[in-house]
Amino acid sequence: MKLSYYPGCSLEGTAADYAASIAGVAELLGLTLAELPDWNCCGASAAHSLDEAAARALPVRNLRLAQTVGLDVVAPCALCFNRLKAGAKALAAEGERPTFRVWDLLDLLTQPYFLQRMADLRARPLTGLQAVCYYGCLVNRPPHITDAANPENPGNMEKLLQVLGATPLEWSFKTDCCGAGLAVARPDLIDRLVQRLYDRALRAGAECLVVSCQMCQANLDLPQARISRQAGKKYELPVLYFTELIALALGHPEVPRWLARHLVDPRPLLTAKGLL
Amino acid sequence: MAESLAFALAENLAAAGLAVDTCYQCRKCSNGCPLVFAMDLPPDRVIRLALLGGEAELLACRTIWVCSSCETCTTRCPNGIDIAGVMDWLKEQAVAKGAAVPEPEVRDFHRAFLGAVKLMGGRLSEPVVMALYTLKGGRWLTKLRRSAAAGELATALGLLKRRRLPLTPPPRLGGAGEVARILRRW
Repeated sequence: MKLSYYPGCSLEGTAADYAASIAGVAELLGLTLAELPDWNCCGASAAHSLDEAAARALPVRNLRLAQTVGLDVVAPCALCFNRLKAGAKALAAEGERPTFRVWDLLDLLTQPYFLQRMADLRARPLTGLQAVCYYGCLVNRPPHITDAANPENPGNMEKLLQVLGATPLEWSFKTDCCGAGLAVARPDLIDRLVQRLYDRALRAGAECLVVSCQMCQANLDLPQARISRQAGKKYELPVLYFTELIALALGHPEVPRWLARHLVDPRPLLTAKGLL
Repeated sequence: MAESLAFALAENLAAAGLAVDTCYQCRKCSNGCPLVFAMDLPPDRVIRLALLGGEAELLACRTIWVCSSCETCTTRCPNGIDIAGVMDWLKEQAVAKGAAVPEPEVRDFHRAFLGAVKLMGGRLSEPVVMALYTLKGGRWLTKLRRSAAAGELATALGLLKRRRLPLTPPPRLGGAGEVARILRRW
């Protein structure tokens, strides 16, 4: 299977670990990700906050590039996915309907075909790993843009974790906002949102959080030491990419090297579980 | 005259695909909003004021800038009002009309972001956006004073050690000129 791949800017930067795990999983699953030639930044929150015309034109340029390739497009970043979908909807409203589909990476990899492949290829079930799935905002919301069937209570990541042999825990906060877009300008606000998520995850019995967005990952992983200092209690909740867990269960040899690039080191937990 | 002016804001919003006139003040938007604690006007009041023509108050409010665009309000509105879209529209108006912005940090970060994408030829460089943002208006000095700089430096070093700080700029795109035209205002 071959798709156009729209990595997004941060996968060339701070989310290089996510990018590496995606490449590893694609290889394991026989998925060819052909990077969209000359793709540009989607404009992110900055464009839709200050310049609606740019917020439309930036993803539309990418969609036109994708149209010349003709393959479905997959984006691993929630915000990029959302902006590409918004661009496609804007074009459709003017009667220009792209002939390809825009996928969120998690949605793509939890289609029955891939879940079956993972079940077949599973080398090491993630037995005993207690995790909460955290979807964040923009993969699912708003549904008139994302086409999400269940924006308030998605379940595809939980289904994936079950296939991998882990234990996904129920909690009510899987789509609550972590405030990532405000992380630089108003860190005080995100500290409050993020600490609330840590507490709720712990109350659900989680040993780690699993995410499908590098903005969520950074926002939950990077400030953990700072939030611990301010709160006067030590939070040590690894924040794992779903792709890292797929690769771990399928026995990819590079997984420990990707995990070493997180700020909250997930390796002690996974070693204690006998998974590393 | 005053009455016709009062309708202008709602009409301008409607023309932008952001009609607010079906709001019946159920307050579902405000009840689900994760950032309402930091707002001066809860989202339902923003919509109400938009209907009543309270443009000056809206363009100067804190709410539109601390909104994280999480889209919970838009998703839940029983009348299909794109509340997060209204917040964006108001931000754009506030900047265009030179309103006094009570959250200059948020505005300046967005500006730095768009400026960095244009400067780097079509893709974002995270270190460049941080540099543009921090250097703006002596913000680095404020940070030093608040000793926030130490924490940020520690995070940056942590990322550097883990090879997650890009040390080379993103490639300049073939379409850099096209992107620069799209972002000409920034």
